[in-house]
Amino acid sequence: MQIIVCLKQVPNTNEVKFDTKTGTLVRDGVVSIINPDDKNALEEAIRLKELKGGTVTVISMGPPQAEYALREALAMGADEAILLSDWAFAGADTWATSLTLAHAIKKIGRYDLIFCGRQAIDGDTAQVGPELAEHLDLPQVTYVKKIIYIDNDKAVVERALEDGYEVIEVTLPAVLTAVKELNIPRYPTTSGIMDAFNVKKVSVWGIAQLASAAGLVGLNASPTQVKRTFSPAVKGDGELLTGSVKETVQTLLKELQEKHVL
Amino acid sequence: MDFALSPKHEMMKAMFREFAEKEVAPLAAELDEKSEFSWDLYRKMGQIGMFGLPYPQEYGGAGADYLTFVLACEEIGRACTSSAMLINGQNSINSGPIYRQGTEEQKRKYLVPIITGKALGAFCLTEADAGTDASNQQTTAVPDGSEWVIDGTKMFITNAGLADIYIIMAMTGTGNNPKGISAFIVEKDAPGLSFGKKENKMGVRASQTAEVILQDCRIPKENLLGKEGEGFKIAMQNLDSGRIGVGAISLGIAQAALDESTKYAKERQQFGRPIGANQAIQWMIADMATELEAARYLVYRAAWLRDQKKAHSKEASMAKLFASELAMRASVKAVQIHGGYGYMKEYKVERLMRDAKVCEIFEGTSEVQRMVISRAALT
Repeated sequence: MQIIVCLKQVPNTNEVKFDTKTGTLVRDGVVSIINPDDKNALEEAIRLKELKGGTVTVISMGPPQAEYALREALAMGADEAILLSDWAFAGADTWATSLTLAHAIKKIGRYDLIFCGRQAIDGDTAQVGPELAEHLDLPQVTYVKKIIYIDNDKAVVERALEDGYEVIEVTLPAVLTAVKELNIPRYPTTSGIMDAFNVKKVSVWGIAQLASAAGLVGLNASPTQVKRTFSPAVKGDGELLTGSVKETVQTLLKELQEKHVL
Repeated sequence: MDFALSPKHEMMKAMFREFAEKEVAPLAAELDEKSEFSWDLYRKMGQIGMFGLPYPQEYGGAGADYLTFVLACEEIGRACTSSAMLINGQNSINSGPIYRQGTEEQKRKYLVPIITGKALGAFCLTEADAGTDASNQQTTAVPDGSEWVIDGTKMFITNAGLADIYIIMAMTGTGNNPKGISAFIVEKDAPGLSFGKKENKMGVRASQTAEVILQDCRIPKENLLGKEGEGFKIAMQNLDSGRIGVGAISLGIAQAALDESTKYAKERQQFGRPIGANQAIQWMIADMATELEAARYLVYRAAWLRDQKKAHSKEASMAKLFASELAMRASVKAVQIHGGYGYMKEYKVERLMRDAKVCEIFEGTSEVQRMVISRAALT
């Protein structure tokens, strides 16, 4: 089984601070990690490989230092890694990102399953996985919390909902996005870390290697333009009504009527 | 000169830290209170490959180095000293003698299981009258046909009773002569091997310590480790890595003492402001932070020298001496900063202070380290 896992390197938001003046994240000195949901996708892919044989290829679009997120994935057990890194890709929104990933995946050519995390903890859009499926014209199941059955032709999975789950059968190849309930990711082994640096390779693809995507990548090909980022103003304190129960209830009803709530 | 860790070492450190925070820290206080060795943690650490860091992958090791070993001891030591001792022992004195002096067959049979976490090791040098005077061994080994017969009692042995494989020092020659000492590998089920009561210790209580008793203990001839008469040399050679490891564990304790102190100094309010606003507290924290950086580079450099295959006995002693005495100082200060709360078992600093003390004692007391350092300085 040939599995491709898309992952993103993100700042560890537990440690990150927010600059309220500029509206941006203060990334200095903050450790970068593999996006948590993507790690669940990777873990499941490695488990499937261990069960069924095959290979796991990890792919990430990002700056050069995203190499280390891919090396960590190699340390956990992925076989091959491709980093999509080029100034041409910079400033991409989810559309341009998913399209770039789609072109890279077409170039890889062979795959039975494409796994993404549900969403990234920095952008929180949950759009790249579904868009990728559309670009590749593949069926998709989002919010996968359990794989019940899988062979080379189909998979049966549980899809998490707010108040339960759906059981969905999907033909392969397909795109699945993982939620954290799917598994507990393993720690990379120490020899795995050594091999990730000394034995395994991270291939870097720029726009030259992805010629089919020329003109379709980066900021200029992104329909989303960020106008401004800001923290919403803090809401004022609530109003405390005092007096007897009868008085306060009457005042409350009157005010709610005035505000057309009732 | 480069003071930055390589990306590979950074990844190792991040993994050790995550493991320490998620798997070790939540158990540490309870294991200490119950004085209980955690087989579960031992197995998890073995699976991740924390016991064979400096050894080649062909024997099941990580193929990493002593700097990685130091990072493991430090990060795990920040959460639990006893667990860090396990990493130190398995990577150094429990395995080093077999890796360096063992035959290929001994390596396959004993080294591989120890460093892959399938067998727990123990290193047995200390006796009632052979502590700092380690060459004063009373345990004897006598050849008898195809066997060695070992008699004697080893004291304060880490992992005694739990371990599967014991490296035992015994006299095969005569008199109080280091060249009369040889090293042996004894398996747990060897006839004549038994264990004394588990010691009730001040600190590192989740690490088991007991006597190893050998009465007419018979082992196969081929379980001699290295050559006859090389035992003391083997012990001393492998103590250096153990000392670097204790230095690294001490870094973990001192770092934890600093972490707890800064957190508490910001939270605890007296006279309407945090106690960290007082210069008395600020200066204690400044000293802890400064000395910790100094200790860290002594320990890292000793490991680096060992990785470069350069002489490092003096540097290992300096690292062990300075870092362990810092762990003691810092943990005492941490308790002081916590005031009455710091004296209570609900607070981590109470355990840190008890755990720190042994770092000044085992793998060579502070006094022995000063002997080693002064001899090097005076020659």
